[in-house]
Amino acid sequence: MTSITSDPRTPIAIRAARDEASGFAVMTVLLLLVPFSGIYPFFVMQALCFALFACAFNLLIGYGGLLSFGHAMFLGTAGYVSAHASKEWGFPPEFAILTGAAASFGLAVITGYVAIRRLGIYFAMITLALSQLIYFIYLQAPFTHGEDGIQGVPQGRMFGFLDLSNPTVLYYVVLGVFLIGFLIVYRAINSPFGEVLKSIRENEPRAISLGYKADQYKLLAYILSGTLAGLAGGMKVFVAQNASLTDVHWMMSGEVVLMTLIGGLGTIFGPVVGAFIVIAMQQYLAGFGQWVTVIQGVIFVVCVLAFRRGIVGEFAHYFKRSL
Amino acid sequence: MNIQALSAQLLVGLINGSFYALLSLGLAVIFGMLNVINFAHGALYMMGAFCAYFLLNLFGIGYWPALIIAPIVVGLFGILMERSLLQWLTGLDHLYGLLLTFGVALILQGLFQNYFGSSGLPYAIPAELQGGVNLGFMFLPIYRGWVVIFSLVVCLLTWYLIERTQLGSYLRAATENPTLVRAFGINVPRMITLTFGFGVGLAALAGVLSAPINQVRPLMGADLIIVVFAVVVIGGMGSIMGSVITGFALGVIEGLTKYFYPEASNTVVFVFMVLVLLLKPTGLTGRAT
Amino acid sequence: MLEARQHSGASASPLLEVAGLEAWYGESHILHGIDFQVREGEVVTLLGRNGAGKTTTLKSIMGIIGKRRGSVKFEGQEIIRAPSDRIARLGVAFCPEERGIFASLDVRENLMLPPEVRPGGLSLDQIFDLFPNLKERLSSSQGTKLSGGEQQMLAIARILRTGARFLMLDEPTEGLAPVIIQQIGRTIARLKSEGFTILLVEQNFRFASTVADRFYIVEHGKVIDGFANADLGANMDKLHTYLGV
Repeated sequence: MTSITSDPRTPIAIRAARDEASGFAVMTVLLLLVPFSGIYPFFVMQALCFALFACAFNLLIGYGGLLSFGHAMFLGTAGYVSAHASKEWGFPPEFAILTGAAASFGLAVITGYVAIRRLGIYFAMITLALSQLIYFIYLQAPFTHGEDGIQGVPQGRMFGFLDLSNPTVLYYVVLGVFLIGFLIVYRAINSPFGEVLKSIRENEPRAISLGYKADQYKLLAYILSGTLAGLAGGMKVFVAQNASLTDVHWMMSGEVVLMTLIGGLGTIFGPVVGAFIVIAMQQYLAGFGQWVTVIQGVIFVVCVLAFRRGIVGEFAHYFKRSL
Repeated sequence: MNIQALSAQLLVGLINGSFYALLSLGLAVIFGMLNVINFAHGALYMMGAFCAYFLLNLFGIGYWPALIIAPIVVGLFGILMERSLLQWLTGLDHLYGLLLTFGVALILQGLFQNYFGSSGLPYAIPAELQGGVNLGFMFLPIYRGWVVIFSLVVCLLTWYLIERTQLGSYLRAATENPTLVRAFGINVPRMITLTFGFGVGLAALAGVLSAPINQVRPLMGADLIIVVFAVVVIGGMGSIMGSVITGFALGVIEGLTKYFYPEASNTVVFVFMVLVLLLKPTGLTGRAT
Repeated sequence: MLEARQHSGASASPLLEVAGLEAWYGESHILHGIDFQVREGEVVTLLGRNGAGKTTTLKSIMGIIGKRRGSVKFEGQEIIRAPSDRIARLGVAFCPEERGIFASLDVRENLMLPPEVRPGGLSLDQIFDLFPNLKERLSSSQGTKLSGGEQQMLAIARILRTGARFLMLDEPTEGLAPVIIQQIGRTIARLKSEGFTILLVEQNFRFASTVADRFYIVEHGKVIDGFANADLGANMDKLHTYLGV
């Protein structure tokens, strides 16, 4: 018997939502069980911060079609601001992280306004140059302590009672922040805003002729992406207890691109998978010096030539699912 | 106002400007024909410098032959890169070209870093260009003057080749409508490959010129390429002359900044880029690519 | 001027033989099996409505369409798999609908762009004889600064330089003033008398009827009919139905 209030979504959309929900459930359960598994929680926490960073990046390129080669500026800015706020101003962790994310938000507004103005092909170069500008500013600014970075950031108690120096507590806090960020990205993608964004990516002139102000949508996506990257950066400071120039260097921007590319551009779970793979790879190859760079370069080349959908993308394509 | 110090910085600025011009010229030519932003351009510049170093230290071949041999060798490497990697990207979003060449840059830099570390290898100024000339208001090292003049000549020759010869007309036409040019009987794929090799050769030439001044280091192209990107954003990729003028001009601006406000010298090009984007988003030469 | 070539008529095999030509634009199946022939020295016109596949046919013969199947034989040689530059060098010249005048080239460079593919191409003097206005506009700094009619003449002139004897013209009269259309008609007639073979695509069939020897009607990617110019009167009703005029 058909109900009067039947689901307005198409069968494909319903199945996609079911696949994505299953994926989310699997991911969450696995992550919840990590402290009981014997896997080094610090590694997973780091990976989760980068996973959020990559999800934020993927929002912009996978759905907005804009390749930002300077996303490190958001990770690093939030990192420095959060670290400074916590260590020098005595902010409790939740405020330090939010302040960091707010700083990234501000940076995203300014840089986005500048970067969106030129033809799309220049966007990657502009964001890279802006990020390099930020890098040099931080290199010279006294509050960052230059090459040394901000060390010994206190972990404190979040909301007054969550003791972040306890690895298990810290882990679940990081997981919580990651899941919130992940759901924000998911919600953005699957909203009317997200649909317009996707249509702009697919056929910008057509979207404009339909009356959508493409630049505004792209700018909004950029700001959201930068802010969430900042959230990841602020969080990371409490995991690593430091903020350094590495986080604002262009190699970091390249890493988040790599993570998203390996995992799958434009997939929901791709950035998460990609982040874990790249972080694991860096741990495993830590003794090999610059070979890590060479290997990452090879992966870039191989992915672009033969593996454009990424791991999650290929998996989803093979099983005809939406992930 | 210390004229000596100012002139010295202006000279450094002109030299940097020479490299900006040569590299942004190569980037623009490559982008026009292949629709690829060649992130590996900095690494290829580095390879040009290393090629000169190897020619000298392994084969006893000096600077003057290296000026010709290194661009050819690295240019051939570029052709290999285009044939084996880039040609599979025709028709795809240009983002993939950027990602692929970024990967190639990482591979090249990583490999050279593994074998040569991060410190610089020396390369001597050729005997004929050593010493300097006293101009009164400054002391001009001959080699540095040579770099600026030679770069200018190469840029002007390239401009002439592209804008005023029939070969250049083939290139300009193929940039605009490669399908039709091919339908006239011109082997466009081969032209694309050779153009890429030429752009790479220009980068390698800059590397050879740079070797005696900047030392030969694996990362010498990495930070440079980001500044060149900013130059390219400012000048646009649609005009040869625009790339050259913008390159030299930004070098001079950087030099001036180093004298008047040294703390800002490594960021002034980026700040200038922001200003141009805010005031004239279509770039200084105005022509949309 | 060049002497008209003598052809042996009915016993000669066709210069161009198209059989079962199919073509796709991406996923769209545009040509479903085109069959027709052009003999040396003829002017043949493809008529049909918008979207019938006439331009796609020319482009497929030229090798510009990526995905094609079937058979296209030029001077007896199969060219269905050949890249467009090789087809051009066999002596096939193409003048596209949008004319394709390059904005980054001046008029002279536009004119001199297509390379010689066969000896005996028209010299510059002969070209200016055919198109006097081009000589005046030669110093123009940009090919696209010419008027529509001048661009069309430039587009035809430049392929005449190459020595190709088989010309494919896609809607040469589109959007042009009647005076220019007449000039193009005279040019085609003159080329025909010089022994050129011309495959024409035209919407304006009244113009086509003044120059063509034979017509083919293209509809939904197939050739559905063909007749000689001499039989035009007898087929007018059919034409009206096909073309919807």
